[in-house]
Amino acid sequence: MSYEFDWSSIPGAIPFLLKGMGLSLTLLALAMLGGIVFGTILALMRLSPIKPLAWFAGAYVNLFRSIPLILVIFWFYFLVPFIIAAISGQAATVGPFYSALIAFMIFEAAYYCEIIRAGIQSIPRGQVFAAYAVGMTYGQAMRYVILPQAFRNMIPLLLTQSIILFQDTSLVYVVSLPDFLGVAGKVGQRDGRLVEMYLFAAFVYFVMCYGASYVVKRLQKRYAV
Amino acid sequence: MNYTWNWGVFLQKTPDGSATYVDWLISGLGWTVSVALSAWVLALALGAVLGVMRTVPNKWLSGIATAYVEIFRNIPLLVQLFIWYFVVPEILPFGLGDKLKQMDPTLNAFITSFLCLGWFTAARVCEQVRAGINSLPKGQKNAGLATGLTLWQTYKFVLLPMAFRLVIPPLGSEFMNIFKNSSVALTIGLLELTAQSRQIAEYTANVFEAFIAATVIYIGITLTAVTIMRWLEQHFRVPGYISGGGGK
Repeated sequence: MSYEFDWSSIPGAIPFLLKGMGLSLTLLALAMLGGIVFGTILALMRLSPIKPLAWFAGAYVNLFRSIPLILVIFWFYFLVPFIIAAISGQAATVGPFYSALIAFMIFEAAYYCEIIRAGIQSIPRGQVFAAYAVGMTYGQAMRYVILPQAFRNMIPLLLTQSIILFQDTSLVYVVSLPDFLGVAGKVGQRDGRLVEMYLFAAFVYFVMCYGASYVVKRLQKRYAV
Repeated sequence: MNYTWNWGVFLQKTPDGSATYVDWLISGLGWTVSVALSAWVLALALGAVLGVMRTVPNKWLSGIATAYVEIFRNIPLLVQLFIWYFVVPEILPFGLGDKLKQMDPTLNAFITSFLCLGWFTAARVCEQVRAGINSLPKGQKNAGLATGLTLWQTYKFVLLPMAFRLVIPPLGSEFMNIFKNSSVALTIGLLELTAQSRQIAEYTANVFEAFIAATVIYIGITLTAVTIMRWLEQHFRVPGYISGGGGK
Protein backbone atom coordinates (compact mmCIF):
# COMPACT_ATOMS: atom_id res chain seq x y z
CA MET A 1 0.00 0.00 0.00
CA SER A 2 2.35 2.68 -1.18
CA TYR A 3 -0.38 4.81 -2.76
CA GLU A 4 -1.01 8.11 -1.02
CA PHE A 5 -4.55 9.34 -1.35
CA ASP A 6 -5.09 13.00 -2.02
CA TRP A 7 -8.72 14.06 -2.12
CA SER A 8 -7.99 17.77 -2.51
CA SER A 9 -9.10 18.00 -6.14
CA ILE A 10 -12.72 17.13 -5.30
CA PRO A 11 -13.91 20.34 -3.54
CA GLY A 12 -12.76 22.57 -6.40
CA ALA A 13 -14.41 20.30 -8.94
CA ILE A 14 -17.84 20.29 -7.31
CA PRO A 15 -19.42 22.77 -9.79
CA PHE A 16 -18.29 20.64 -12.76
CA LEU A 17 -19.40 17.45 -11.07
CA LEU A 18 -22.83 18.95 -10.36
CA LYS A 19 -23.14 19.94 -13.99
CA GLY A 20 -22.22 16.40 -14.98
CA MET A 21 -24.77 14.99 -12.57
CA GLY A 22 -27.32 17.38 -14.06
CA LEU A 23 -26.70 15.86 -17.46
CA SER A 24 -26.97 12.32 -16.06
CA LEU A 25 -30.27 13.14 -14.36
CA THR A 26 -31.65 14.93 -17.43
CA LEU A 27 -30.84 11.88 -19.52
CA LEU A 28 -32.48 9.68 -16.89
CA ALA A 29 -35.67 11.76 -16.69
CA LEU A 30 -36.16 12.11 -20.45
CA ALA A 31 -35.23 8.51 -21.22
CA MET A 32 -37.57 7.31 -18.46
CA LEU A 33 -40.43 9.40 -19.80
CA GLY A 34 -39.86 8.37 -23.41
CA GLY A 35 -39.14 4.77 -22.47
CA ILE A 36 -42.31 4.37 -20.40
CA VAL A 37 -44.57 6.04 -22.98
CA PHE A 38 -43.09 4.05 -25.84
CA GLY A 39 -42.96 0.92 -23.67
CA THR A 40 -46.68 1.25 -22.90
CA ILE A 41 -47.48 1.46 -26.61
CA LEU A 42 -45.30 -1.60 -27.25
CA ALA A 43 -46.95 -3.51 -24.42
CA LEU A 44 -50.42 -2.75 -25.81
CA MET A 45 -49.21 -3.91 -29.22
CA ARG A 46 -47.81 -7.13 -27.76
CA LEU A 47 -51.15 -7.88 -26.16
CA SER A 48 -53.10 -6.81 -29.21
CA PRO A 49 -55.21 -9.42 -31.04
CA ILE A 50 -53.92 -7.97 -34.33
CA LYS A 51 -51.15 -10.45 -35.17
CA PRO A 52 -48.72 -8.20 -37.11
CA LEU A 53 -48.71 -5.66 -34.27
CA ALA A 54 -48.08 -8.32 -31.64
CA TRP A 55 -45.40 -9.87 -33.81
CA PHE A 56 -43.65 -6.56 -34.39
CA ALA A 57 -43.61 -5.68 -30.68
CA GLY A 58 -42.34 -9.16 -29.80
CA ALA A 59 -39.54 -8.95 -32.35
CA TYR A 60 -38.66 -5.45 -31.13
CA VAL A 61 -38.37 -6.54 -27.52
CA ASN A 62 -36.34 -9.64 -28.35
CA LEU A 63 -34.01 -7.69 -30.61
CA PHE A 64 -33.18 -5.02 -28.05
CA ARG A 65 -32.85 -7.50 -25.25
CA SER A 66 -30.21 -9.45 -27.14
CA ILE A 67 -27.80 -6.65 -28.00
CA PRO A 68 -25.63 -4.58 -25.66
CA LEU A 69 -26.65 -1.01 -24.87
CA ILE A 70 -23.24 0.26 -25.97
CA LEU A 71 -23.84 -1.11 -29.45
CA VAL A 72 -27.25 0.60 -29.51
CA ILE A 73 -25.64 3.89 -28.50
CA PHE A 74 -23.15 3.52 -31.35
CA TRP A 75 -25.97 2.61 -33.75
CA PHE A 76 -27.92 5.76 -33.06
CA TYR A 77 -24.82 7.92 -32.93
CA PHE A 78 -24.38 7.18 -36.64
CA LEU A 79 -27.99 6.50 -37.61
CA VAL A 80 -29.74 9.63 -36.28
CA PRO A 81 -27.85 12.11 -38.50
CA PHE A 82 -28.66 9.91 -41.50
CA ILE A 83 -32.34 9.79 -40.71
CA ILE A 84 -32.52 13.53 -40.16
CA ALA A 85 -30.70 14.14 -43.42
CA ALA A 86 -33.15 11.83 -45.18
CA ILE A 87 -36.17 13.63 -43.73
CA SER A 88 -35.02 17.22 -44.05
CA GLY A 89 -33.02 16.71 -47.21
CA GLN A 90 -29.90 18.38 -45.88
CA ALA A 91 -26.94 17.27 -43.82
CA ALA A 92 -27.47 17.81 -40.13
CA THR A 93 -25.61 17.31 -36.91
CA VAL A 94 -27.54 16.51 -33.76
CA GLY A 95 -24.68 15.98 -31.37
CA PRO A 96 -24.12 13.03 -29.09
CA PHE A 97 -26.65 14.10 -26.44
CA TYR A 98 -29.75 13.69 -28.59
CA SER A 99 -28.51 10.56 -30.33
CA ALA A 100 -27.70 9.00 -26.94
CA LEU A 101 -31.08 10.10 -25.57
CA ILE A 102 -32.90 8.47 -28.49
CA ALA A 103 -30.80 5.33 -28.04
CA PHE A 104 -31.78 5.14 -24.35
CA MET A 105 -35.47 5.70 -25.09
CA ILE A 106 -35.58 3.05 -27.80
CA PHE A 107 -33.52 0.56 -25.79
CA GLU A 108 -35.22 0.99 -22.43
CA ALA A 109 -38.67 0.87 -24.03
CA ALA A 110 -38.05 -2.84 -24.65
CA TYR A 111 -37.42 -3.42 -20.93
CA TYR A 112 -40.27 -1.18 -19.76
CA CYS A 113 -42.55 -2.95 -22.24
CA GLU A 114 -42.04 -6.30 -20.55
CA ILE A 115 -42.75 -4.83 -17.09
CA ILE A 116 -45.88 -3.04 -18.33
CA ARG A 117 -47.09 -6.12 -20.19
CA ALA A 118 -46.79 -8.20 -17.02
CA GLY A 119 -48.60 -5.43 -15.12
CA ILE A 120 -51.50 -5.39 -17.57
CA GLN A 121 -51.71 -9.16 -17.57
CA SER A 122 -51.90 -9.17 -13.78
CA ILE A 123 -55.31 -7.44 -14.00
CA PRO A 124 -58.09 -10.04 -14.06
CA ARG A 125 -59.64 -10.52 -17.52
CA GLY A 126 -63.09 -9.99 -16.05
CA GLN A 127 -62.36 -6.29 -15.62
CA VAL A 128 -61.89 -5.84 -19.37
CA PHE A 129 -65.16 -7.65 -20.02
CA ALA A 130 -66.89 -5.57 -17.35
CA ALA A 131 -65.61 -2.37 -18.96
CA TYR A 132 -66.86 -3.51 -22.38
CA ALA A 133 -70.16 -4.57 -20.83
CA VAL A 134 -70.84 -1.06 -19.53
CA GLY A 135 -70.25 0.22 -23.05
CA MET A 136 -66.64 1.42 -22.92
CA THR A 137 -64.49 1.30 -26.02
CA TYR A 138 -61.05 -0.38 -26.00
CA GLY A 139 -59.35 2.97 -25.45
CA GLN A 140 -61.64 3.90 -22.58
CA ALA A 141 -61.28 0.51 -20.93
CA MET A 142 -57.50 0.79 -21.05
CA ARG A 143 -57.42 4.41 -19.93
CA TYR A 144 -59.95 4.35 -17.11
CA VAL A 145 -59.92 0.76 -15.89
CA ILE A 146 -56.87 -1.31 -16.77
CA LEU A 147 -53.87 1.02 -16.98
CA PRO A 148 -54.47 2.95 -13.71
CA GLN A 149 -54.50 -0.30 -11.76
CA ALA A 150 -51.71 -1.89 -13.76
CA PHE A 151 -49.41 1.09 -13.26
CA ARG A 152 -50.05 1.09 -9.55
CA ASN A 153 -49.01 -2.55 -9.38
CA MET A 154 -45.88 -2.06 -11.38
CA ILE A 155 -44.55 1.19 -9.89
CA PRO A 156 -41.87 -0.63 -7.85
CA LEU A 157 -40.64 -2.56 -10.90
CA LEU A 158 -40.68 0.54 -13.10
CA LEU A 159 -38.65 2.42 -10.50
CA THR A 160 -36.18 -0.45 -10.11
CA GLN A 161 -35.73 -0.49 -13.88
CA SER A 162 -35.17 3.28 -13.73
CA ILE A 163 -32.40 2.82 -11.16
CA ILE A 164 -30.76 0.43 -13.62
CA LEU A 165 -31.32 3.03 -16.34
CA PHE A 166 -29.61 5.64 -14.16
CA GLN A 167 -26.60 3.35 -13.82
CA ASP A 168 -26.67 2.74 -17.57
CA THR A 169 -26.49 6.45 -18.34
CA SER A 170 -22.82 6.23 -17.38
CA LEU A 171 -22.31 4.39 -20.68
CA VAL A 172 -22.57 7.68 -22.60
CA TYR A 173 -18.86 7.69 -21.80
CA VAL A 174 -18.42 5.89 -25.15
CA VAL A 175 -19.65 8.95 -27.08
CA SER A 176 -17.66 11.31 -24.81
CA LEU A 177 -20.65 13.06 -23.23
CA PRO A 178 -19.73 14.93 -20.04
CA ASP A 179 -22.08 13.09 -17.67
CA PHE A 180 -21.16 12.65 -13.99
CA LEU A 181 -18.70 9.84 -14.65
CA GLY A 182 -17.26 11.61 -17.69
CA VAL A 183 -16.63 14.80 -15.68
CA ALA A 184 -15.11 12.83 -12.80
CA GLY A 185 -12.77 11.13 -15.27
CA LYS A 186 -11.78 14.41 -16.90
CA VAL A 187 -11.04 16.10 -13.57
CA GLY A 188 -9.09 13.04 -12.48
CA GLN A 189 -7.02 13.10 -15.64
CA ARG A 190 -6.36 16.83 -15.36
CA ASP A 191 -5.13 16.56 -11.76
CA GLY A 192 -3.54 13.13 -12.05
CA ARG A 193 -6.05 11.91 -9.44
CA LEU A 194 -8.02 9.26 -11.34
CA VAL A 195 -7.95 6.90 -8.36
CA GLU A 196 -9.66 9.36 -6.02
CA MET A 197 -12.13 10.63 -8.62
CA TYR A 198 -13.33 7.18 -9.65
CA LEU A 199 -13.66 6.09 -6.02
CA PHE A 200 -15.62 9.27 -5.33
CA ALA A 201 -17.85 8.66 -8.38
CA ALA A 202 -18.49 5.10 -7.21
CA PHE A 203 -19.40 6.39 -3.75
CA VAL A 204 -21.86 8.96 -5.14
CA TYR A 205 -23.53 6.42 -7.46
CA PHE A 206 -23.73 3.95 -4.59
CA VAL A 207 -25.37 6.41 -2.19
CA MET A 208 -27.90 7.54 -4.82
CA CYS A 209 -28.83 4.07 -6.08
CA TYR A 210 -28.88 2.49 -2.64
CA GLY A 211 -31.02 5.32 -1.32
CA ALA A 212 -33.40 5.07 -4.27
CA SER A 213 -33.78 1.30 -3.96
CA TYR A 214 -34.44 1.71 -0.23
CA VAL A 215 -37.25 4.15 -1.03
CA VAL A 216 -38.63 1.73 -3.63
CA LYS A 217 -38.65 -1.05 -1.04
CA ARG A 218 -40.60 1.16 1.37
CA LEU A 219 -43.06 2.13 -1.36
CA GLN A 220 -43.53 -1.51 -2.28
CA LYS A 221 -44.52 -2.37 1.29
CA ARG A 222 -46.85 0.60 1.54
CA TYR A 223 -48.66 0.15 -1.77
CA ALA A 224 -48.74 -3.63 -1.84
CA VAL A 225 -52.22 -4.59 -2.95
CA MET B 1 -29.71 9.72 -48.07
CA ASN B 2 -26.89 8.59 -50.26
CA TYR B 3 -25.37 5.74 -48.36
CA THR B 4 -23.67 3.18 -50.56
CA TRP B 5 -24.07 -0.32 -49.28
CA ASN B 6 -21.08 -2.54 -49.77
CA TRP B 7 -21.30 -5.93 -48.15
CA GLY B 8 -18.06 -6.97 -49.81
CA VAL B 9 -16.27 -4.75 -47.32
CA PHE B 10 -15.77 -7.63 -44.91
CA LEU B 11 -13.59 -9.48 -47.39
CA GLN B 12 -11.31 -6.51 -47.94
CA LYS B 13 -7.84 -6.46 -46.44
CA THR B 14 -7.35 -4.41 -43.29
CA PRO B 15 -4.89 -1.48 -43.52
CA ASP B 16 -1.93 -3.49 -42.24
CA GLY B 17 -2.70 -6.13 -44.87
CA SER B 18 -2.43 -9.07 -42.51
CA ALA B 19 -6.13 -9.90 -42.25
CA THR B 20 -9.57 -9.19 -43.61
CA TYR B 21 -12.31 -7.39 -41.73
CA VAL B 22 -14.08 -10.69 -41.19
CA ASP B 23 -11.06 -11.79 -39.19
CA TRP B 24 -11.54 -8.73 -36.99
CA LEU B 25 -15.14 -9.69 -36.34
CA ILE B 26 -14.14 -13.26 -35.53
CA SER B 27 -11.40 -12.15 -33.17
CA GLY B 28 -13.89 -9.75 -31.54
CA LEU B 29 -16.36 -12.59 -31.09
CA GLY B 30 -13.54 -14.65 -29.59
CA TRP B 31 -12.79 -12.02 -26.94
CA THR B 32 -16.48 -11.49 -26.17
CA VAL B 33 -17.02 -15.20 -25.64
CA SER B 34 -13.83 -15.74 -23.63
CA VAL B 35 -14.45 -12.82 -21.29
CA ALA B 36 -18.09 -13.77 -20.81
CA LEU B 37 -17.51 -17.49 -20.24
CA SER B 38 -14.55 -17.09 -17.89
CA ALA B 39 -16.40 -14.40 -15.92
CA TRP B 40 -19.45 -16.65 -15.79
CA VAL B 41 -17.45 -19.43 -14.13
CA LEU B 42 -16.15 -16.98 -11.53
CA ALA B 43 -19.63 -15.50 -11.01
CA LEU B 44 -21.21 -18.93 -10.51
CA ALA B 45 -18.61 -20.04 -7.97
CA LEU B 46 -18.55 -16.80 -6.02
CA GLY B 47 -22.29 -16.24 -6.33
CA ALA B 48 -23.13 -19.72 -5.07
CA VAL B 49 -20.97 -19.24 -1.97
CA LEU B 50 -22.42 -15.79 -1.31
CA GLY B 51 -25.97 -17.02 -1.90
CA VAL B 52 -25.52 -19.75 0.71
CA MET B 53 -23.92 -17.24 3.07
CA ARG B 54 -26.98 -15.00 2.84
CA THR B 55 -29.24 -17.79 4.08
CA VAL B 56 -27.20 -19.24 6.94
CA PRO B 57 -28.20 -18.33 10.49
CA ASN B 58 -25.03 -16.38 11.19
CA LYS B 59 -25.21 -12.59 11.31
CA TRP B 60 -21.62 -12.07 10.24
CA LEU B 61 -21.71 -14.32 7.20
CA SER B 62 -25.08 -13.09 5.96
CA GLY B 63 -24.07 -9.49 6.70
CA ILE B 64 -20.94 -9.78 4.58
CA ALA B 65 -22.88 -11.32 1.70
CA THR B 66 -25.61 -8.68 1.93
CA ALA B 67 -23.04 -5.87 1.91
CA TYR B 68 -21.37 -7.46 -1.11
CA VAL B 69 -24.63 -7.62 -3.04
CA GLU B 70 -25.61 -4.04 -2.23
CA ILE B 71 -22.21 -2.65 -3.21
CA PHE B 72 -21.95 -4.50 -6.49
CA ARG B 73 -25.56 -3.88 -7.48
CA ASN B 74 -25.62 -0.16 -6.77
CA ILE B 75 -22.49 0.96 -8.58
CA PRO B 76 -22.67 1.16 -12.38
CA LEU B 77 -20.76 -1.58 -14.18
CA LEU B 78 -18.63 0.95 -16.05
CA VAL B 79 -17.56 2.61 -12.78
CA GLN B 80 -16.69 -0.80 -11.36
CA LEU B 81 -14.61 -1.52 -14.43
CA PHE B 82 -12.71 1.76 -14.07
CA ILE B 83 -12.06 0.95 -10.43
CA TRP B 84 -10.63 -2.43 -11.35
CA TYR B 85 -8.58 -0.86 -14.10
CA PHE B 86 -7.36 2.42 -12.60
CA VAL B 87 -7.69 2.05 -8.84
CA VAL B 88 -6.98 -1.58 -7.94
CA PRO B 89 -3.46 -1.71 -9.47
CA GLU B 90 -2.52 1.37 -7.41
CA ILE B 91 -3.54 -0.05 -4.07
CA LEU B 92 -2.53 -3.72 -4.49
CA PRO B 93 0.27 -4.67 -2.12
CA PHE B 94 3.62 -6.42 -2.84
CA GLY B 95 4.16 -4.86 -6.25
CA LEU B 96 1.31 -6.89 -7.71
CA GLY B 97 -0.16 -3.70 -9.10
CA ASP B 98 3.04 -2.87 -10.94
CA LYS B 99 3.08 -6.34 -12.43
CA LEU B 100 -0.47 -5.75 -13.71
CA LYS B 101 0.51 -2.41 -15.20
CA GLN B 102 3.57 -3.81 -16.96
CA MET B 103 1.62 -6.68 -18.46
CA ASP B 104 0.73 -6.92 -22.12
CA PRO B 105 -2.12 -4.37 -22.48
CA THR B 106 -4.54 -6.85 -24.07
CA LEU B 107 -3.93 -9.45 -21.38
CA ASN B 108 -4.28 -6.77 -18.72
CA ALA B 109 -7.59 -5.60 -20.22
CA PHE B 110 -8.79 -9.20 -20.43
CA ILE B 111 -7.94 -10.03 -16.81
CA THR B 112 -9.46 -6.77 -15.61
CA SER B 113 -12.75 -7.28 -17.48
CA PHE B 114 -12.89 -10.93 -16.41
CA LEU B 115 -12.54 -10.00 -12.73
CA CYS B 116 -14.91 -7.05 -13.00
CA LEU B 117 -17.69 -8.94 -14.79
CA GLY B 118 -17.23 -11.99 -12.59
CA TRP B 119 -17.59 -10.06 -9.32
CA PHE B 120 -20.40 -7.92 -10.74
CA THR B 121 -22.42 -10.91 -11.92
CA ALA B 122 -21.70 -12.84 -8.71
CA ALA B 123 -23.95 -10.39 -6.86
CA ARG B 124 -26.80 -11.25 -9.21
CA VAL B 125 -26.13 -14.98 -9.05
CA CYS B 126 -26.06 -14.69 -5.26
CA GLU B 127 -29.57 -13.23 -5.21
CA GLN B 128 -30.90 -16.02 -7.43
CA VAL B 129 -29.28 -18.72 -5.32
CA ARG B 130 -30.66 -17.14 -2.16
CA ALA B 131 -34.13 -16.96 -3.70
CA GLY B 132 -33.80 -20.62 -4.72
CA ILE B 133 -32.85 -21.74 -1.22
CA ASN B 134 -35.57 -19.60 0.36
CA SER B 135 -38.19 -20.99 -2.02
CA LEU B 136 -37.74 -24.47 -0.54
CA PRO B 137 -40.31 -25.36 2.11
CA LYS B 138 -38.98 -24.64 5.61
CA GLY B 139 -39.76 -28.22 6.55
CA GLN B 140 -36.93 -29.54 4.39
CA LYS B 141 -34.28 -27.81 6.45
CA ASN B 142 -35.97 -28.76 9.72
CA ALA B 143 -36.33 -32.36 8.57
CA GLY B 144 -32.66 -32.48 7.69
CA LEU B 145 -31.67 -31.12 11.09
CA ALA B 146 -34.15 -33.41 12.86
CA THR B 147 -32.61 -36.54 11.33
CA GLY B 148 -29.34 -35.54 12.96
CA LEU B 149 -27.57 -33.94 10.01
CA THR B 150 -25.41 -30.96 10.88
CA LEU B 151 -26.29 -27.62 9.29
CA TRP B 152 -23.52 -28.08 6.74
CA GLN B 153 -24.74 -31.58 5.86
CA THR B 154 -28.31 -30.33 5.55
CA TYR B 155 -27.13 -27.79 3.02
CA LYS B 156 -24.97 -30.28 1.18
CA PHE B 157 -27.39 -33.20 0.95
CA VAL B 158 -30.85 -31.64 1.22
CA LEU B 159 -31.07 -27.97 0.34
CA LEU B 160 -28.42 -27.28 -2.28
CA PRO B 161 -29.14 -30.19 -4.65
CA MET B 162 -32.73 -28.94 -4.88
CA ALA B 163 -31.92 -25.22 -4.90
CA PHE B 164 -29.31 -25.44 -7.65
CA ARG B 165 -31.76 -27.17 -9.94
CA LEU B 166 -34.49 -24.62 -9.20
CA VAL B 167 -32.29 -21.62 -9.98
CA ILE B 168 -31.30 -22.76 -13.47
CA PRO B 169 -34.10 -20.86 -15.28
CA PRO B 170 -33.50 -17.49 -13.59
CA LEU B 171 -29.73 -17.91 -14.06
CA GLY B 172 -30.35 -18.19 -17.80
CA SER B 173 -31.08 -14.49 -18.16
CA GLU B 174 -27.94 -13.62 -16.19
CA PHE B 175 -26.01 -15.87 -18.54
CA MET B 176 -27.32 -13.83 -21.49
CA ASN B 177 -26.59 -10.56 -19.71
CA ILE B 178 -22.95 -11.40 -19.18
CA PHE B 179 -22.33 -11.54 -22.94
CA LYS B 180 -23.98 -8.16 -23.42
CA ASN B 181 -22.24 -6.65 -20.41
CA SER B 182 -18.87 -7.77 -21.70
CA SER B 183 -19.10 -4.95 -24.24
CA VAL B 184 -18.05 -2.45 -21.55
CA ALA B 185 -14.56 -3.96 -21.87
CA LEU B 186 -14.08 -1.83 -24.97
CA THR B 187 -13.65 1.23 -22.73
CA ILE B 188 -10.39 -0.18 -21.38
CA GLY B 189 -9.15 -1.15 -24.82
CA LEU B 190 -10.20 -4.78 -25.18
CA LEU B 191 -11.11 -5.29 -28.84
CA GLU B 192 -14.22 -7.39 -28.32
CA LEU B 193 -17.12 -7.62 -30.75
CA THR B 194 -18.62 -4.14 -30.32
CA ALA B 195 -15.18 -2.52 -30.39
CA GLN B 196 -14.24 -4.39 -33.56
CA SER B 197 -17.43 -3.38 -35.35
CA ARG B 198 -16.82 0.23 -34.29
CA GLN B 199 -13.28 -0.03 -35.60
CA ILE B 200 -14.43 -1.46 -38.92
CA ALA B 201 -16.95 1.38 -39.17
CA GLU B 202 -14.16 3.89 -38.65
CA TYR B 203 -11.71 2.31 -41.07
CA THR B 204 -14.11 1.65 -43.94
CA ALA B 205 -16.93 4.20 -43.47
CA ASN B 206 -19.29 1.27 -44.04
CA VAL B 207 -20.86 2.00 -40.67
CA PHE B 208 -24.12 0.16 -41.06
CA GLU B 209 -22.72 -3.07 -42.49
CA ALA B 210 -20.34 -3.23 -39.53
CA PHE B 211 -23.06 -2.63 -36.93
CA ILE B 212 -25.54 -4.95 -38.63
CA ALA B 213 -22.89 -7.68 -38.57
CA ALA B 214 -22.27 -7.14 -34.85
CA THR B 215 -26.01 -7.05 -34.12
CA VAL B 216 -26.58 -10.31 -35.98
CA ILE B 217 -23.69 -11.97 -34.14
CA TYR B 218 -25.06 -10.83 -30.75
CA ILE B 219 -28.48 -12.22 -31.67
CA GLY B 220 -26.73 -15.48 -32.59
CA ILE B 221 -25.00 -15.54 -29.20
CA THR B 222 -28.31 -14.95 -27.42
CA LEU B 223 -30.07 -17.68 -29.38
CA THR B 224 -27.24 -20.11 -28.60
CA ALA B 225 -27.36 -19.19 -24.92
CA VAL B 226 -31.15 -19.61 -24.86
CA THR B 227 -30.88 -23.03 -26.49
CA ILE B 228 -28.24 -24.21 -24.03
CA MET B 229 -30.22 -22.95 -21.06
CA ARG B 230 -33.43 -24.54 -22.31
CA TRP B 231 -31.66 -27.87 -22.64
CA LEU B 232 -30.21 -27.54 -19.14
CA GLU B 233 -33.63 -26.61 -17.78
CA GLN B 234 -35.19 -29.71 -19.29
CA HIS B 235 -32.34 -31.89 -18.16
CA PHE B 236 -32.26 -30.73 -14.54
CA ARG B 237 -35.97 -30.13 -14.15
CA VAL B 238 -37.29 -31.22 -10.76
CA PRO B 239 -40.34 -33.40 -11.44
CA GLY B 240 -43.47 -31.87 -9.95
CA TYR B 241 -42.05 -28.34 -9.79
CA ILE B 242 -43.54 -25.89 -12.28
CA SER B 243 -40.60 -23.54 -11.85
CA GLY B 244 -38.20 -26.33 -12.71
CA GLY B 245 -38.64 -25.70 -16.42
CA GLY B 246 -41.54 -26.01 -18.77
CA GLY B 247 -42.96 -28.69 -20.98
CA LYS B 248 -43.16 -32.45 -21.28
